[in-house]
Amino acid sequence: MSLDSKIPEGDLEVKWRDYKSHVKLVNPSNKRKLEVIVVGTGLAGASAAAALGELGYKVKAFCFQDSPRRAHSISAQGGINAAKNYQNDGDSVFRLFYDTVKGGDYRSREANVYRLAEVSASIIDQCVAQGVPFAREYGGLLSNRSFGGTQVQRTFYAAGQTGQQLLLGAYSALERQVALGNVKMYSRHEMLDVVMIDGKARGIIARDLITGELERYFGHSVLLCTGGYANVFYLSTNAMGCNVTASWKAHKKGAYFGNPCFTQIHPTCIPVSGDHQSKLTLMSESLRNDGRIWVPKKQGDNRKPTDIPETERDYYLERRYPAFGNLVPRDVASRASKERCDEGYGVGTTKMAVYLDFTDAIKRYGMIELGKQGLETADDKTIEKLGKAVITEKYGNLFEMYEKITSENPYEIPMRIYPAAHYTMGGLWVDYELMTTIPGLYCLGEANFSDHGANRLGASALMQGLADGYFVIPYTLGNYLADEIRTATIPTTHPAFEDTENAVRIRIEKLMNIKGSESVESFHKRLGKIMWDKCGMARNEKGLQSAIEELRALRTEFWSNVRIPGEINEMNPELDKAGRVADFIELGELMCMDALDRKESCGGHFREEMQTEEGEAKRDDANYSYVSAWEYAEGGEKLHKEELAFDVVKPTQRSYK
Amino acid sequence: MEHYNMDLTLKVWKQNNSKTKGRFETYEVKGISSEMSFLEMFDVLNERLISEDKDPIAFDHDCREGICGMCSMYVNGRAHGPWEKNTVCQLHMRAFKSGETIVVEPWRSAAFPVIKDLVVDRDAFDRIIQAGGYISVNTGNAVDANTLPIEKYRADESFFAASCIGCGACVAACPNGSAMLFVSAKVSQLALLPQGEPERKTRVLNMVAQMDKEGFGNCSNVYACEAECPKGVSVANIARMNREYLSAGLSDEASI
Repeated sequence: MSLDSKIPEGDLEVKWRDYKSHVKLVNPSNKRKLEVIVVGTGLAGASAAAALGELGYKVKAFCFQDSPRRAHSISAQGGINAAKNYQNDGDSVFRLFYDTVKGGDYRSREANVYRLAEVSASIIDQCVAQGVPFAREYGGLLSNRSFGGTQVQRTFYAAGQTGQQLLLGAYSALERQVALGNVKMYSRHEMLDVVMIDGKARGIIARDLITGELERYFGHSVLLCTGGYANVFYLSTNAMGCNVTASWKAHKKGAYFGNPCFTQIHPTCIPVSGDHQSKLTLMSESLRNDGRIWVPKKQGDNRKPTDIPETERDYYLERRYPAFGNLVPRDVASRASKERCDEGYGVGTTKMAVYLDFTDAIKRYGMIELGKQGLETADDKTIEKLGKAVITEKYGNLFEMYEKITSENPYEIPMRIYPAAHYTMGGLWVDYELMTTIPGLYCLGEANFSDHGANRLGASALMQGLADGYFVIPYTLGNYLADEIRTATIPTTHPAFEDTENAVRIRIEKLMNIKGSESVESFHKRLGKIMWDKCGMARNEKGLQSAIEELRALRTEFWSNVRIPGEINEMNPELDKAGRVADFIELGELMCMDALDRKESCGGHFREEMQTEEGEAKRDDANYSYVSAWEYAEGGEKLHKEELAFDVVKPTQRSYK
Repeated sequence: MEHYNMDLTLKVWKQNNSKTKGRFETYEVKGISSEMSFLEMFDVLNERLISEDKDPIAFDHDCREGICGMCSMYVNGRAHGPWEKNTVCQLHMRAFKSGETIVVEPWRSAAFPVIKDLVVDRDAFDRIIQAGGYISVNTGNAVDANTLPIEKYRADESFFAASCIGCGACVAACPNGSAMLFVSAKVSQLALLPQGEPERKTRVLNMVAQMDKEGFGNCSNVYACEAECPKGVSVANIARMNREYLSAGLSDEASI
């Protein structure tokens, strides 16, 4: 099958407008007859389910948590980008588009990214109308801040809880549709397979996580909005339940997987403290607006940070990247931290951490506050107190969270941070309409591959999730469903449902019958270690080859020695997790294959063999300017390539110096 | 801070499903690091139980960073345990000393039936939101976000109310099993904003009616909800909701 990205003709600026003007429509009386399944209720899923319910489609929405409000979008801290140019600092749709393509290291589709930038402003309008309490200035208008990889202030935020506020907005819109009867909500349900009839996605098999029963659901189309797969690394900033299962099942049914090796390692997370660690906690990128990152100039310096004088500190991001300083994109910042720690300049007990220091910001804000009071000088204590109050207003909840975890007060002692797996740019391959290579199966939000290329800029994930759900899918889905109005609801007694359910049941029984000696958790940890060591922040040919061998062995061992307690037909979190880890192991192998294929460094994908003399990522546009789209086939994954065309932006060596 | 290891006795509520009776089980755990989170201590215990072919303890958790609202343990008689403004996933073991006995129960409320062990059913909260916890604005209807300036004080108050994570600690902490803090937080968030104005009266009336229907108890000003709320949502929201309710009941033309 050849890949058709279905990018509309015409200039970049008119593609989406023209598409919307000519797309097929479904009349309201037909919408009532068309059923849509939405899996996942994060920003993409909740917004899609709500928007489609509003249009009059019959929607069934699924989430594995106890309520749609808990999806992991809720944890996003820093903000959401939009090309509003409220700050009069030169922002525009084109600049947001350009920054995103450049930030993604020229591995994303121009047309998709332009559309994302185009609808970004409407997202903010929609959220405000829903009652999302964004931060405001005293004049009552919306406030903005900066994020990495940009030189304008276009990020809207609600303290350090932007994801929570946006998700609760989408959740409330979703619950409104539930109340109106347009959406039926299935919580504590996990999708375990896609049902295919005549080559089209026609439903899902889901497991009720309370009773363990398998259930069949029909839909004229199925939308996967199931998030990213960073938990393949075991330790990540993702929630414990985040998984790749829905995408992976779709992949095995024929959906190509795009750029699986493009994963984002976020530079500012609380470092690992011990073997017991179950997850890592992010400290928002917004902190880099005011915090300065440094390590001691001397290797193995064991002095307390506050005892190290200014002249003996190396503010390495400011030194290496004077133009962007502490606000370089995430991939660049993460690699720079790793480089310092690998060279022996790391801090803390494990020496795998760097400092994020707010001392200067506290002084600076203190002086500004002093000025506001009409005073010119005051003692240091007063200045500090005033400055701290400003920092509390901006980042209070993050500082509290840091102190709870580390028992150190970041107002007094610099934070210790280190990179951690955070987001996955890769995901199911989709065309311009967000349809996968399976007709009728769509993929939205982090779960698809489409908008962020090889590296996502901060505050763009929330933007993409909501863009896909509120403003893209309501148009593109109609283009498909318009041809489905003659398809009557297919009863779930259809053999395809029966066969798929049986296959799911057999797999579950197989897992339960292994009765081995090693826990699911232990396998997951081992998987994570292989992936982090060999397919993490730096990758090389030898490491990737050995990782593939190790993963194959791990997979065999898992299927012969995993131990799952309890029964199938009851609430059994270990069984739920076992299915997910089994899929992660398979995905891990594909990630390594993809990383092996891509003999260039770009964005979050850093091949050690491919770097400039200064240690920066060295792209190879002549040979690798494509999206890798992997097809699952018996006998091994098959690589297809979607060549990327850059008509507007000219790919150059990315520089933040 | 100095790290230390500890041995503990845990008394944990075990219940197979909503239909069977529950009981306390006692577990001894050894060598727990003060750096672990409370849930990581449960992970360690569950790993051991699995290796001993025993039934692990089911508990709800997801983000483990205090924002999703999924975790819900009643620890030594307090919702989310001993720390102020904290979820149990963010509680760390340095809060305990070696030799201590820790009693862990699920949320206790008639409106939150136990599903298994420490897992409860909080669907009632979703149904209360369905009754009116939203602004009825279809996608695409919105005007430019800055056409509607909002006084910073009101926007901030609205945000503080909106920071509720819907965990249900307020209900668990309340001797009456009241959901007033949860409901009032949503009512306040929207009542404070001009966007919420058109549905202001029906919203509070419908949400309170649903809350009563779900079997939550009344508020008798104990303030345990505020004390145990991991996000510090203020009881001032309850006062605001009472005002909203009263004024809506007196003046709502639709219901006269």
